[in-house]
Amino acid sequence: MLTPKRTQTFIRSYPLFSGLVLLYALISFLYHLDWLNSYHIQLVMLVGINIVMTVSLGLINGFTGQFSIGHAGFMAVGAYTSVGMTTLLLQSPGGHLGYLVFFPATLIGGIFAAATGFLIGLPTLRLGGDYLAIVTMAFAEVIRTIIRVSEPMGGPRGIGGIPDYTNLTIVFIFAITSVWLMRNFILSTYGRASKAIRDNEIAAEIMGVNTTRQKVLVFTLGAFFAGCCGSLYAHVLQYIHPDNFTFMKSLEYLIYLYIGGSSSISGAIVGATIFTFLPELFRRFSSWRMVIYSLTLILVMLFRPEGIVGNREWRPLVSRRRRT
Amino acid sequence: MATVGLAPEANMNLLEIRNMDHYFGGLRAIHRFSIAIEPKEIVGLIGPNGAGKTTIFNLITGFYRPTVGEILFDGLPIHGKRPFVITQAGISRTFQNIRLFGEMTVLENIKVAHHHTRQYGLFSALLSSRRFWKCEEEIENHCLELLSMFGLRERAHERADSLPYGDQRRLEIARALATNPRLLLLDEPAAGMNPREAESLLDTIHELRDQFDLTILLIEHQMRVVMGVCERIKVLDFGETIAEGTPDQIQKNEQVIRAYLGEEAIR
Ligand SMILES: Nc1ncnc2c1ncn2[C@@H]1O[C@H](COP(=O)(O)OP(=O)(O)O)[C@@H](O)[C@H]1O
Ligand SMILES: [Mg+2]
Repeated sequence: MLTPKRTQTFIRSYPLFSGLVLLYALISFLYHLDWLNSYHIQLVMLVGINIVMTVSLGLINGFTGQFSIGHAGFMAVGAYTSVGMTTLLLQSPGGHLGYLVFFPATLIGGIFAAATGFLIGLPTLRLGGDYLAIVTMAFAEVIRTIIRVSEPMGGPRGIGGIPDYTNLTIVFIFAITSVWLMRNFILSTYGRASKAIRDNEIAAEIMGVNTTRQKVLVFTLGAFFAGCCGSLYAHVLQYIHPDNFTFMKSLEYLIYLYIGGSSSISGAIVGATIFTFLPELFRRFSSWRMVIYSLTLILVMLFRPEGIVGNREWRPLVSRRRRT
Repeated sequence: MATVGLAPEANMNLLEIRNMDHYFGGLRAIHRFSIAIEPKEIVGLIGPNGAGKTTIFNLITGFYRPTVGEILFDGLPIHGKRPFVITQAGISRTFQNIRLFGEMTVLENIKVAHHHTRQYGLFSALLSSRRFWKCEEEIENHCLELLSMFGLRERAHERADSLPYGDQRRLEIARALATNPRLLLLDEPAAGMNPREAESLLDTIHELRDQFDLTILLIEHQMRVVMGVCERIKVLDFGETIAEGTPDQIQKNEQVIRAYLGEEAIR
């Protein structure tokens, strides 16, 4: 039973989770009062998606010390895979029935992206150095080109009429679950293996870590989350286009990550949140967006090279369950 | 241990290297190097700078593949295998220039050694299952114990790169031991230490050997250190083995005096 006493204990043990539930309730409440409109809600959903994108990129670039610069490519794979299922194949079954397709489609989008990540990571990551950067960038462009020239996938015109399956509740659950999973990964022996590779790859090998395998694992996992994000993203926008996933999009995530703090989940969250909201406040200057981003990045790199948050973590995010 | 039913050719050596050559491009760094080390021995590898000592460690641990020759560990060939495979087989090492995981804590540095022996899978980790917590607790206790032995317990939660030099060296040895090796390779462990620190390190090395049943191959620049700790010494010069024997024999060997001690005497 949900007694006041139990509720209190729950809030004490899971302050962060309780806070997020409260935030969710608050936003929904304000929306029902019409204090927030659907544009605001859409913005909040994009924040959630961008957080997962940035944290998953941080897994690869920040925690494992690799340099992937085509994260939007995996998003594209996930988006087109799931849209293919919800829109092209099934012509959007109406009502709640659609979710029976949407959830598996999102998962499959993630799995396709992960498989792509695995296939490009396996030969590339063992080479080390700058190969990954070059290959991921090229891969993202290749994906875009393939979509562009293939008529069944909408070609250069894109795909419209995507059902708006993604809603605030789904984004909240998705973002919280994803960040929680990635946090657990980082706190586990896998996370330590990653950080060891980042700090000294030779010593990591000598400690018995199969560095190639660990790098491929992280890269695949990051791609999986990016793929799921792509699916949610497509079902927010309701219209996707190859140009949604250009190098600029990948660059945005890199900027969120490095401004926030690349070796920190908290940093990735802060970076993604601030820089999804900020440009919306200055809509009139939208053509200056990349300039503003770049200037901020340069300033942060000059004065706080480890990002706004640095490589610390916000305690409640990483504190471990109290043992009884 | 009873030695029942051992065939005459049975391999008693933990490490055996036969006629190994290694070239860097046209440069011959190692020439016809052979060594046989029995379990629980402490063997020294000395020689002037650039003699090829570190190269031999890199060959044993799989960073290079010997151009010619073979390396047997516990009777099985390991040359050409990747470093992590060799570590998992039971060889661990420290580096001449310390290679810690600088941004990780002292405790985490040690915990990395438990990655390949982890008792939980990816999904347990992602879902932070009960099994995950139980194993993590075991790993933590085990690592803290090891840190205590090296007097690093109090510094467990400090960043590794914030430790003073001597502690960093000791952390590297502790970390190497955490992989549970049978053969430990120490590359100039006393480098940069004053004689007193070096002395106490020697004691530690002796204790370790007895406590962990270790076999140790040691590179050291300070002659006093090597003479004090090693039962057997091999001397390298320009990749060639120029002498081999007990500390006493080495100290009297003229070729060694010329190649190595001579240099020391001039200083
Ligand atoms: N990676 C390498 N590439 C080319 N030459 C190397 C490399 N590593 C070592 N050497 C050369 O091999 C020789 C032996 O080096 P090293 O094993 O480091 O000597 P020591 O540890 O005995 O001081 C030196 O001449 C050194 O310059
Ligand atoms: Mg050396």
